[in-house]
Amino acid sequence: MAKEDVLLLDFWVSPFCSRVKIALAEKGVAYQQRGEDIFGGKSELFLKSNPIYQKVPVLLHDGKPMCESTNIVQYIDETWPSPPLLPSSAYDRARARFWADFIDKKLFDAGGNIWKTKGEDQAAAKKELIQILKYLEGGLGDKDYFGGDSFGFVDIIAIPLTNWFFAYEKFGNFKVEEECPKFAAWTKRCLGRESVAKTLPDPQQVFEFVSMMRKMHGIE
Amino acid sequence: MAGDKVVVLGTYVSMFSMRAQVALNEKGIEYEKKEEDLANKSPLFLEMNPVHKKIPVLIHNGKPVCESLIIVQYIDEVWHDKNPLLPSDPYQRAQARFWADFVDKKVYDCGRRIWATKGEEKEAAKKEFIGIMKTLEGELGNKPYFGGEDFGYVDVALIPFYCWFHAYENFGNFKTETECPKLVEWAKRCMQRESVSKSLADPHKIYEFVVSLKKKLGIE
Repeated sequence: MAKEDVLLLDFWVSPFCSRVKIALAEKGVAYQQRGEDIFGGKSELFLKSNPIYQKVPVLLHDGKPMCESTNIVQYIDETWPSPPLLPSSAYDRARARFWADFIDKKLFDAGGNIWKTKGEDQAAAKKELIQILKYLEGGLGDKDYFGGDSFGFVDIIAIPLTNWFFAYEKFGNFKVEEECPKFAAWTKRCLGRESVAKTLPDPQQVFEFVSMMRKMHGIE
Repeated sequence: MAGDKVVVLGTYVSMFSMRAQVALNEKGIEYEKKEEDLANKSPLFLEMNPVHKKIPVLIHNGKPVCESLIIVQYIDEVWHDKNPLLPSDPYQRAQARFWADFVDKKVYDCGRRIWATKGEEKEAAKKEFIGIMKTLEGELGNKPYFGGEDFGYVDVALIPFYCWFHAYENFGNFKTETECPKLVEWAKRCMQRESVSKSLADPHKIYEFVVSLKKKLGIE
């Protein structure tokens, strides 16, 4: 497929945009990306493509826009079926969607609560994050990936969010590896994949971005 | 499928339980509905949804599926030969998932704020609710259903809220029909389907439920 057919509206540090990039890389789909200045002026194309939420990522395929990263990853899987990201059985797909939904509802906000707060609030936020990771460890079980032997949908939904853990750990003064070693091992396994390693920004840069956000929020 | 055992753990008032029932009814699937007492959660319930401890849960031949929209997708995939709910085209599916997700993100919380708050907060919630309904009306356009000619996924996601409109309207002092006549027309069209009318609660009973809930929560 020609490169111009697939366009991603992107913001470099967004883990949600990373999900889409990893999915496209896994499928070997060539695409263009355009960085949106989400703090400054949003482009006309961006506002037209996502009038409801005005958020990245937006994927445009043949000019047709799609929003919400989990939704986009499913679209990518259905449009370019090989290699499959979602399992083949309806029940396993329901399990995969359940974990993706759990991650979407809980993980990024819990992390945000760590860098946005201090003292008791931060301690509570840390506890919550660890609890979430322990649930995910339960979902992973003894498998290499959430989908089993192969890297798949839930792995793609989860792995970019771990890119922010270095920042959470620095501000929260803890180590995910000590609290949730299984989860940390899964993270390392995923980071060994080219699609993931090439996509995710340097955690140090994410940390600097979060530091800037903290200043913007008036948190020392 | 002969010999299928299907159970829905839910509550009479929950619009999320109703989604599962509408979907099963659309497919002509027989099932057992178990009313769950959320103040006194049954061991079965806690075993089937240990992570969220929320209804509805669909139990198909002993295996649980949680989260109402995931349940609806599961039902659609397992019993795919009758009354398909999601479109077959990946782009249309992405649009359907986007709008169902929009309903999930917006309608319940806003509706709750109408009956759970007073004064300015209530007025703001009412305004927001009408805005959300107008957005949905815009998406519906001139189509008989959100799915187009056929009743579909987004219709299933939204229609259960219709039996809560009476409560919202009473507490918020407005009429959805005045503000969004096309949307109410759509709702009445859906109610003519037996799959829907059999599943939705009596609006007056919902209203009474909210009155007693407010008392219990100490909200005037």
